[in-house]
Amino acid sequence: MEDDDEESRESTHAVDRWAVCERGPRTAARFGGARVTHKGSLSQERTRDDDSLAIHTGDTGEVTAPADLDRPSLEEAVDVPWITLVWNDPVNLMSYVTYVLMSYFAYSKEEAEALMLQVHNDGRAVVSSGSKENMERDVEAMHSYGLWATMQKDQ
Amino acid sequence: MFRRTVTGRFALRLDDLEKGLLGSLIAQLADLLAPKAELDPMAAMVGIDPEAERSDDPALARLFPDAYSDDDEAASEFRRFTERSLRDLKIANAQTALETLTRAGQKVTLSAAEARAWLLTLTDLRLALAARLEIIDDDWERPDDDDPRAVNFGVYDWLTYLQESLVQTLIEGPTL
Repeated sequence: MEDDDEESRESTHAVDRWAVCERGPRTAARFGGARVTHKGSLSQERTRDDDSLAIHTGDTGEVTAPADLDRPSLEEAVDVPWITLVWNDPVNLMSYVTYVLMSYFAYSKEEAEALMLQVHNDGRAVVSSGSKENMERDVEAMHSYGLWATMQKDQ
Repeated sequence: MFRRTVTGRFALRLDDLEKGLLGSLIAQLADLLAPKAELDPMAAMVGIDPEAERSDDPALARLFPDAYSDDDEAASEFRRFTERSLRDLKIANAQTALETLTRAGQKVTLSAAEARAWLLTLTDLRLALAARLEIIDDDWERPDDDDPRAVNFGVYDWLTYLQESLVQTLIEGPTL
């Protein structure tokens, strides 16, 4: 049995999480190697039981998994200076956009669908926020998936 | 359409005509993606392409969009740092798709990693073809059936159907 077999049986919550692993270190090397590749390294440990690792961030009282420190909540903007935007286009399928957001950012199906609908209805949505380096990595990843993504300072 | 096999692989049945068409389209995509010039060895080593710039070809411009909508200088710098490796990644996906298509008979069977390469290649194919067909916003219109362009829109629809079935198969999880 090939070693991809176990992966293909993964739940929808972490469809091809190895895709995330492959992005982190490569980008880190390109941008000088100083960047922490937390998303890449942690993602190897992520399982469908991630909720059991949930911690309280304290200041907001919001529950956040350790691997999701640069992932925005759907409800409120995070007070970090850079954002990644995904823009609507007439080609990419709604199901595919949802799949990409689940696969790369490890959003739940509900979160990914909400963001996808925001892209579809409003023309764009903020899919991640964080440091400039992290947004460069995320935009590059979105381009590798064929999504139209840009980054900018938040306000 | 794609379905998941009992061993967790991804299977697609294609007749000879469909196989030939898909192979030809993927080969054209790989040609489109191929860099126009060799990098000097130092630049290649660090993955930087100092000559990279936004393409005048709408298909390439869509496959490698500006990362900054409001800052041309930052967009150019991002492109120099990322476009070459993105090209390599997309070409590698297209080559995987082409190899797995060529090795197969009328039934293409894919590992999860190969299915992912197919998914991304189908995306790039549809983006490139859409640019050629001038599908540039949600108001695009399909030509009449007797229009010579109708054939190409039919191909586009077929690629859309293939991709949708692959996404659904990937999202649904294993068939029990």
